[in-house]
Amino acid sequence: MAKAVLMQGNHACAEGAIAAGARFFAGYPITPSTEVAELLAKRLPQVGGSFIQMEDEIAGMAAIIGASLAGTKSLTATSGPGFSLKQELIGYASMAEVPCVIVNVQRTGPSTGQPTSPAQGDVMQARWGSHGDRGVIALSPSSVPECFTLTVEAFNLAEKYRTPVVLLLDEIIGHMREKFVMPDPASLTIVNRKKPALPPGEFLPYKPEADGVAPMPGYGEGYRFHTTGLVHDYTGFPSGSNAVTHELIERLHTKITNNIDDIVKYEALELDDAEVAVVAFGGTARSAYAAIESARAEGIKAGLFRPITIWPVPEKQLFTVAEKVKTIIVAEMNYGQYVGEVRRVVCGKANVVSLAKWNNDPITPNELLNAIKAGR
Amino acid sequence: MKLKTNVKNCKGCGICVEFCPKKVLELDEVGKIKVAREADCIKCGQCELRCPDYAIFVMRDKK
Amino acid sequence: MEELLVKYFRPKLPHIWCPGCGNGIVTASVVKAIDKLQLDQDKTAIVSGIGCSSRASGYLNFDTLHTAHGRAIPFATGIKLVKPDHNVIVLTGDGDATAIGGNHFIHAARRNINLTVVVFNNSIYGMTGGQYSPLTPHRGMATTAPFGNVDRPFDLCELAKGAGATFVARATTYHANLLADLIAKAIEHKGFALVEAITACPVSFGRQNKMGTPANMIKWQRDNAVMVEAMAKMKPEQLEGKFPIGVLHQAEGTEYVTEYQKVIKRAMGSGE
Repeated sequence: MAKAVLMQGNHACAEGAIAAGARFFAGYPITPSTEVAELLAKRLPQVGGSFIQMEDEIAGMAAIIGASLAGTKSLTATSGPGFSLKQELIGYASMAEVPCVIVNVQRTGPSTGQPTSPAQGDVMQARWGSHGDRGVIALSPSSVPECFTLTVEAFNLAEKYRTPVVLLLDEIIGHMREKFVMPDPASLTIVNRKKPALPPGEFLPYKPEADGVAPMPGYGEGYRFHTTGLVHDYTGFPSGSNAVTHELIERLHTKITNNIDDIVKYEALELDDAEVAVVAFGGTARSAYAAIESARAEGIKAGLFRPITIWPVPEKQLFTVAEKVKTIIVAEMNYGQYVGEVRRVVCGKANVVSLAKWNNDPITPNELLNAIKAGR
Repeated sequence: MKLKTNVKNCKGCGICVEFCPKKVLELDEVGKIKVAREADCIKCGQCELRCPDYAIFVMRDKK
Repeated sequence: MEELLVKYFRPKLPHIWCPGCGNGIVTASVVKAIDKLQLDQDKTAIVSGIGCSSRASGYLNFDTLHTAHGRAIPFATGIKLVKPDHNVIVLTGDGDATAIGGNHFIHAARRNINLTVVVFNNSIYGMTGGQYSPLTPHRGMATTAPFGNVDRPFDLCELAKGAGATFVARATTYHANLLADLIAKAIEHKGFALVEAITACPVSFGRQNKMGTPANMIKWQRDNAVMVEAMAKMKPEQLEGKFPIGVLHQAEGTEYVTEYQKVIKRAMGSGE
């Protein structure tokens, strides 16, 4: 039995990557994510993997896509400005369907913003940051142990659906130290990308199977396949066809949306009889736990809906909550990003209130409690 | 046969015509490669070496 | 060439390049070099960026990767680190490698990572229709330099050498056999290897700069490129407008991936 240790979220993320089977990291130092890189610089070579500090954020993203195509599970870590710089290539990974994980320990923006304070400034950037249309997966852990499990989950989803997966941390979760017990590796579910069953010559590298995802060979396996960021047909080669373009871009969405029940994870707390629901994720959910407890102690029927999968939005589950409660309070450390999504999803079934805060301080339990009382 | 052409690949740039030391090659009426005087070919390989489109090959004797 | 087409090209010809474009000659030289060295086709990756030259990867029968503009070298870096026994060859252009990808270029050279980088230098952005690149000559004409190019160009080979590359060579499409030999040497070299291939863009560069037919552009290469060994014996007045070709720099140096493999050995030995 592994013993309990104090560990910070960024380190748990790095350990989760190792446990998921990641053996390559490329990135660039940026606060408040740097500890992910620092720990992996030490841990990866210990397990036969490779770490490289690149010349910039873009190069870090490029290198992990290259390594993943070659056949190695790969990740990078960054924060707001670096996440912006990586966007073109995150889109490349979507288009070329290259599994990879991007850890983004968010900050307040725009620009250099506030590098050392908690914020959740990139909720929308995670969804819409790269140009064009694509489906995305983004997960947001609320504790140190969850940094570990969701990093494993991020790799599993990336491998299963051949897509970049974003881990949206915030500085609270990334830098907080908490009790952590390393899970028994045998207890973890590890998903690896599907390999082609057909031999080279018969195999079409971008022909999806029933789940919307094509098997993926690695380099040196004799498939000699071509990868491009251009619109491409099943062969992987560029195509100018309207039908091919239509089908490919649609599939980049539907391979996510058609499998949404497999992808989404959420936590529902005290919602059965709730009149007021708080929607909160990441570090903000920590204050929500306390606020709900206080509210319940005062006899107020409040509950928490915590999307663990931020993207795609757990729409069905959120709608069900909206049908039962009077008010939904969306608490987030930004100017109000996810609240728009919640409003879209609940379609007026409940009163949606934004509790947005972007002044470097976390949203406190008291602020949430007051909002709950006002929303009754 | 000393020269083999692949007219499908030819874009009519004229490089082979210009570099042929024996004036063996011409562009035809639609601007594609034509072997006009094959008898004069000395198999120097300039055309094949310089063709950017892989449209002309010198037939080598099998070793 | 015919046998090489069958063995190393995908059945996708004719290629997209314009009539008289030298990219086909450079690509043939790459293939000749690969054939000369009898590289394992399943252990050779071809990585390219964006631009005319970067379309070359799609025609070649290897694991091929057409990346994003300027980023071929960092993509290749990722591949090389996880597949140290693979030959990783980057095919890129002057704009791709030295403008948007310039930072990656110098840092890969600095690391002396074992990549072979062939820069198709046609002195212009061809695919977008003739804008000046960092290798367009000073006072050269471009659609974005209608009064002549104000920028001064890089000497790409000097840049690579200064940045730490341990193999630097240049040839032209006129010197196609030399080009193939230099690419073969570059692949064999253990470290960051640059081959600058001077190639003609008759449509987007030649036309604006009144360089005549594609054949004339190749003759310009013939008349202005001088073997570096011969250059040393020439008088300054003979060197006017001339540029050196051949192996311009070769040095021993610690190679990145080899060195990192030692790190892995040390780290695995120590455990935790």
